[in-house]
Amino acid sequence: MITGFVALYIFMLAAFTGYEIIGRVPAILHTPLMSGSNFVHGIVLVGAMVALGHAEGFWEVLIGFIGVILAAGNAVGGYVVTERMLEMFKSSKD
Amino acid sequence: MSFWEFTVDASYFVAAVLFIIGLKRMGSPKTAKSGIKWAGIGMVLATVVTLWHPMMDAGFFRYVLILLAIGIGGAGAWYTGKKVEMTGMPQMVALYNGMGGGAAAAIALIEMYSGRAFDHGTTVLILAVLGALIGGVSFSGSLIAWAKLEGKMSKTIRLPAQQMINGGAALVIVLLGLWILTSTGSAPVLVTIFFLLCLVFGVLLTNPIGGADMPVVISMYNAFTGLAVAFEGFVLGNAAMIIAGTVVGAAGTLLTLLMANGMNRSISNVLFAGFGVDDGAEADGPEGEMKSVEAFDAAASFAYSDSLIIVPGYGLAVAQAQHKLWEFVQMLEKEHDVDVKFAIHPVAGRMPGHMNVLLAEAGVPYDKIFDLEEINAEFPNADAALVIGANDVVNPAARTDESSPIYGMPILDVDKAREVYVVKRGKGTGFSGVQNALFFGDNTRMVFGDAKQVCTDLANGLKQL
Repeated sequence: MITGFVALYIFMLAAFTGYEIIGRVPAILHTPLMSGSNFVHGIVLVGAMVALGHAEGFWEVLIGFIGVILAAGNAVGGYVVTERMLEMFKSSKD
Repeated sequence: MSFWEFTVDASYFVAAVLFIIGLKRMGSPKTAKSGIKWAGIGMVLATVVTLWHPMMDAGFFRYVLILLAIGIGGAGAWYTGKKVEMTGMPQMVALYNGMGGGAAAAIALIEMYSGRAFDHGTTVLILAVLGALIGGVSFSGSLIAWAKLEGKMSKTIRLPAQQMINGGAALVIVLLGLWILTSTGSAPVLVTIFFLLCLVFGVLLTNPIGGADMPVVISMYNAFTGLAVAFEGFVLGNAAMIIAGTVVGAAGTLLTLLMANGMNRSISNVLFAGFGVDDGAEADGPEGEMKSVEAFDAAASFAYSDSLIIVPGYGLAVAQAQHKLWEFVQMLEKEHDVDVKFAIHPVAGRMPGHMNVLLAEAGVPYDKIFDLEEINAEFPNADAALVIGANDVVNPAARTDESSPIYGMPILDVDKAREVYVVKRGKGTGFSGVQNALFFGDNTRMVFGDAKQVCTDLANGLKQL
C-alpha cells in the first residue's frame, strides 16, 4: 500500500507534471492532446482487471466484467482516435 | 518481494514514464505522432503484466472472463474509433472518456461491496467514495454530452428550479457519502443508492448545458475521470493509476480553463447558466446594408492580392468544404503567387484545436495555420481576409460594445484587413444570438451560399481568369 505522505508527494508531483505538460502546448494540438490524455487515463484498465480478478460473488464479478469492458473501450478508443488525428498533421516541408 | 511483484511494479514504473514522455511529445506537432505511440507501448506493457499481478486471485475461468471483456470493449472501440468522421471527434472523445469514468466507478463499487475499502483506514475509504462519485458523474454526464453532440438528444430540458434540484441532489450525495464513511464493514445497500444517485446527478448537471458549451464540459469530465482513476489507484495501491490519473486530472483541468477563457466564460457560468436563458433584454444589433457579391468577383479580388488570411469556422466543416477550400488556396499560391495563411480562433470548431484537425484532414500543412495571438497583428497589413462559416469569433463588438454578451472575448481582428469577404449561408446570427457588426462594415462584402458551393465557385472563378 502506498500511504500517508508518500502518497501525497506522488499526487503533488504528478499534478505539477500534468500542469507543466499542457501549459506550453499550442492551441492547434488541444483536441488531439485532450484525446491523448483521455487515452492515458485508460490505464484504469489495469485496475479494472485486478478488481475483476479478485471479485467474489455474482454481482461483483458482473460489475467487474462491465468495468473491464468499459476500461478497454477507453484505452483502445482513445488510442485509435488520437492516432488518426495526429496522422493528419503535416508540415509543408514533409 | 517475489519475482512477479517486482516485474509488475517495475513495468508500471516504465509505463508511467512512457505516458509522461508520450504526453510531452504530443505537445509539439513535430513529435506528436510518436508521442501517442510511446504512450501506447506503455499501455500494452502495463496491461500484459497485470495478468500476473499478485492481487489477481483468479482461476482459469476468471482469466477467460478478463480477456473476453478486454476483447469486447477493445474491438467495439477499435471499430467505432476507426469509423468516426473527423467532425464527430468531440463526442467520440466524450464517449471513451465516460467509459473510463464508469470503469473507475466499477472498481470503487467492487472494493466497497467486498469490504476491502473499509479495511484500510478512513483515507482509503474516502478516496474510494470520491472515486465512485466523480467516476459516476463523469460516466453519466459524458454519455449525455455524447448524445447531445451526436444529435440524439436535441432538446435541452431545463427543469423548473434546476439549481435547487441540483443543489438538493448534491446535498443528499454528500450526506450519503458521510454515512458510508461512518459505516463499519461493507454497506452494500447504502453504496448502491449512493452510486445510483451519483449517476442521476451527472445527468442533472449536464442536461441543461447547451451544445456550444459542451466541449468545455467534455474536457472537465476528462479531468474528472483522470482524478477518479488516481483515487482508485490509491485504493488498489496501484502507482501507475495514481500517476497517470493525476497527470491527466491536472492537465485536463488546465485545458478546461484554457477552453473556457477562449469562450470568455467562467466554468461556473458554463455549468450553471445557459446562454441567453437569463438575459431577457434584446441586444441592439448594428444596422445597415450588407453588400453582397458573387463568388467570381471575390475570386478575382483574391487573385490580385498579395496576401490573404482565411478564417475558417465550424460552418466550413459542417459543409465539408475544407477540401475544396484547400484546392482553391493551392491554385492561388501556385498560379497567382498569393501569400495565404489560415487564422484559427481558440474555439473554432467544436473544441479548441478541432479546426486544426479538420484542416489537417484536408491536407493543409500546420505551418500555414496560425493562432490568434500570432496572426492578429498581421490583419492590418493583409490585402484581403476571407471568413468562412465563422461569426462570433470575428465580431468587432467584442472589442467595442460593452453591452454585448460577447464583450471581452478575444476575437480575430478581421475588420482591420483592407478587404473582407464573408461566406455565409444566410443573414442569421451566430451561437450567441448577436448580430455581427463586421457584416455591415464599409470594407466587407458578403458571399451568400453554402460553403462547399462557394469554395467550388471560387476555384472555378480562378480558372476563368
